[in-house]
Amino acid sequence: MVNETTQSAAGRAWTETDVVYVDQPELTMSERLYLPQVFGGMKTTLRHMFKMRLRKEKVVQYPEQKRQLRKEIYRGVHRLNRDDQGRVACVACFMCETACPAHCIHIEGVESPWPDREKYPIKFDIDELRCIYCGMCEEACPVDAIELTPEYHLVGSSRDEMIFDKEKLLMVYDRTKDEKPRKNPMITGY
Amino acid sequence: MDFIKDTLADQFWFSIILSLAIFGGIMTAVAYCILLERKVSAWIQDRYGPNRVGPKGLLQPLADGVKLLFKEDIVPGHIEKTLFILAPFISFVVALIGFAVIPWGGAFRWPWMAEDAAPLYCQVATIDIGLLYILAVASLGVYGVVLGGWASNNKYAFYGGIRAAAQMLSYEIPLAMMVLVGILTTRSLRLEEMVTAQLGVDSAAPMAALFGLNGFAWTLFYHPLAAVILFITALAEANRAPFDLAECEQELIGGFHTEYSGMKWALFFLGEYAHMITSSAFMIAIFFGGYCVPGWTWLNTSDSVLAMLLRGGVFSFKILLFIMAYMVVRWTLPRFRFDQLMQLAWKSLVPIGGALVLLQVWILYKDLPQWVSIVGNVTILAVVALIGVVVQKPITGRQRSLIKKERIVRMREALVQRG
Ligand code: SF4
Ligand code: SF4
Repeated sequence: MVNETTQSAAGRAWTETDVVYVDQPELTMSERLYLPQVFGGMKTTLRHMFKMRLRKEKVVQYPEQKRQLRKEIYRGVHRLNRDDQGRVACVACFMCETACPAHCIHIEGVESPWPDREKYPIKFDIDELRCIYCGMCEEACPVDAIELTPEYHLVGSSRDEMIFDKEKLLMVYDRTKDEKPRKNPMITGY
Repeated sequence: MDFIKDTLADQFWFSIILSLAIFGGIMTAVAYCILLERKVSAWIQDRYGPNRVGPKGLLQPLADGVKLLFKEDIVPGHIEKTLFILAPFISFVVALIGFAVIPWGGAFRWPWMAEDAAPLYCQVATIDIGLLYILAVASLGVYGVVLGGWASNNKYAFYGGIRAAAQMLSYEIPLAMMVLVGILTTRSLRLEEMVTAQLGVDSAAPMAALFGLNGFAWTLFYHPLAAVILFITALAEANRAPFDLAECEQELIGGFHTEYSGMKWALFFLGEYAHMITSSAFMIAIFFGGYCVPGWTWLNTSDSVLAMLLRGGVFSFKILLFIMAYMVVRWTLPRFRFDQLMQLAWKSLVPIGGALVLLQVWILYKDLPQWVSIVGNVTILAVVALIGVVVQKPITGRQRSLIKKERIVRMREALVQRG
């Protein structure tokens, strides 16, 4: 048998007035006859069908028109930044490869010929097809060498073509550096 | 020359030529229906739709066809091969042969035919049971869907097939009832006679034309409720949204065509669109005046070739309007739940349909004027609304049939258990 004064979880006695019943509202006459509502719905769809203006304003005809992006935060194709001497800024620390949730970065580091760092990448491949464009690599990089660019029209005719190597990634930098300057070039000096 | 004239003047040869022409026309129409569907859906969603192939995307059907032809046609290993291959062809062929009895242009004579010669019919087959033929053929269409679903040996396809079977069985009944109303009102089973009955000028005609306009005695005006129900059942029979439970992408992947690919898959779709055209033509012939244009006596009754062609054009235009209606409905309404589907058929359409049939039979039996049916329709609608008010409200979604007191007890029990 149920007690009249059941304790609620908060410790206070629970009364019937505490209960709020939420039922779906009952259907009105026209809703139950269904057809009037159908015509109401069709009115909406037909209105959109004949509204050219909305279509003209909103639709981006892609290859001819491009979307307006917020360039600073858009996450598109990667690039490998160059330092002020034109060398690759990466120090082959493998932070990005470790952080990448899609395991799509493959780096081979070798001893650096330059005095200002110990290592540099001789190979740097990113599989752009496996990448989920999360931006973790960019966040992980201690020298801001890897960045995502606002470039999003990424096409290729084979899988191999979509694995971007070091040269290609540096080229992306050359292409996009005016559009989106390197974030913190001066922090580490590279 | 004379030979050609004689051949054309012979109903048999004319029918054969006409059937070829209609076949070609329908195939093109079906291809463009698919484009239209994509366009309409795009417009409704404030998009442009396919607009890359050809001017304004008009060559899109061609591109689609080429793509589907060259696509790999996968036949999975776990299927019932014969039926699997047969099914799309059944649904396609069955949808096409219905066109044989559609009265496209009525009776006409070539200029070189004698004035008193028997007129030709712009119709592939003028048969006594034209209407029954269409009904029979249209119900065969479900075999394609059911066989396709069952032969696929896949649970989703199987569900699709079962749903299609149940749905067709239920909706066949109100459909047949509405057709019966049409037959009793126009008093013929020949589709071409049903259309001429709707001209309403003949003193022997069962229906008087509204406003005295030639061709304005559409069955629609005498049985508006029946026309609405016929349209609903036609949607269900053509497996169109909101009755596309057999396909049901969200629950059943693709339903009956889950395992199909390439041209076989395309055949199902061509069949569906062909079915849409047949069922619209059929509804137009019975309820929407066929090729009649209200008030244009020459067009409605002349036996010249020009009038015949124009009548064909009017008929096609009406079909186009219907197809548009089908499409707008599809992109407006959400799909029914299965129990709602069955409820709609058995609890509303069948009783209303029965009442309409009884009404029309009573009119015929008592030899009352046909306008009584309008009064009858309004009365039936009022009664339906009244019943809706009186009987228990339908249960939707989370609503429970429990009364309030019971719910309180349940709630307490739940709280006690939780401590
Ligand atoms: S964006 Fe994400 S997925 Fe892509 S390379 Fe960087 S860390 Fe990996
Ligand atoms: S985290 Fe930066 S510096 Fe380290 S390997 Fe990756 S790109 Fe090079």
